Amino acid sequence: MADFKLPANSIVKTGKTFDAPEGATRVKTFKIYRYDASNGKNPSVDTYTIDLDKCGPMILDALIKIKSEIDPTLSFRRSCREGICGSCAMNIDGSNTLACTMAIEDVSGDIKVYPLPHQPVVKDLVSDLDNFYKQYEAVQPWMQADSIPAGGRERLQTKEDRDLLDGSYECIMCACCSTSCPSYWWNSDEYLGPAALLAAYRWIVDSRDDKTDERLAALDDPFKLYRCHTIMNCATVCPKGLNPAQAIADTKKMLVQRNL
Amino acid sequence: MSNKHGGTGHYWVQSLTAVALVPLTIWFCFSIASLPQMSHANLSAWMNSPFNAAMMILVITVGLYHAKLGLQVIAEDYISNRSTRVITIASVTMICALFAVIGVVSVLKLSFGA
Repeated sequence: MADFKLPANSIVKTGKTFDAPEGATRVKTFKIYRYDASNGKNPSVDTYTIDLDKCGPMILDALIKIKSEIDPTLSFRRSCREGICGSCAMNIDGSNTLACTMAIEDVSGDIKVYPLPHQPVVKDLVSDLDNFYKQYEAVQPWMQADSIPAGGRERLQTKEDRDLLDGSYECIMCACCSTSCPSYWWNSDEYLGPAALLAAYRWIVDSRDDKTDERLAALDDPFKLYRCHTIMNCATVCPKGLNPAQAIADTKKMLVQRNL
Repeated sequence: MSNKHGGTGHYWVQSLTAVALVPLTIWFCFSIASLPQMSHANLSAWMNSPFNAAMMILVITVGLYHAKLGLQVIAEDYISNRSTRVITIASVTMICALFAVIGVVSVLKLSFGA
């Protein structure tokens, strides 16, 4: 059965507290999940209070400030700091999002920062996304076409066909959607999850791809696709405003039409 | 509908039975509410109508089939051990089938006034 209770070594304890510097007038408190898979200790939540007058406006700015000035042991992924790379995906104030596009002032009270839910944690806010990437690879997210385009040049597409890709090609693979999905929490070993299924849909509807039928056939499985129960967390949390649940529903419709 | 892998077939039949249950449930509720008394004689007389008996059989079979499909989804969602999952789904299937047979036989018995 599913485990609804944390094992003893996963119970989160209270960690260290770092107070605001003297003289700081505009302060904000961050409660950040800390864990190191290599030392065998329980996870803890450390408390950092920082001076907002000496910090950028985004959550990622605060994390960088904490790492640079207060606690260099804090680990997190980050790269582009503008919502394109998806590296700084984490759970902020109870919801998966990108630390670089979430403003500090948009969170009232203390800001709780945790890694993406229900993934193995490597260290602090860095979760292990190996399975997530393998699932992405499993849907073969590249164009497969046996035909040779006319004139041996690029494969042309009508404007209408190109429009079908809107809302699916923009995915940055941050994993916010999949790791917010309860179905993915319980069955991530078999259920592909919203991100991989959105990627699959992106190629299913691409007029230049010749493997539509094979792609649909590969998804006709009770677990790979049909664990989606339209919970909609994926669409709620997507930092790019995409709707993987809609893509999954459309894929189910296409499979029904294909099999009827 | 091909049901080779069980995914799309299950989804399609679950959707169809869900839609069918909307009018069936409304009919069932209104019919039962319109009976003057829930006595055996009243029900027997009501079931004498072939339409009522047929509709009752549909309520029972479609409802139980939908219940079986829904419970199967719950088992697949929450039971990670494969053997336990298979045993649970098999048990649910047999219990629903048993209830369906009991229900249909009861309706026929009432309908034919045995």
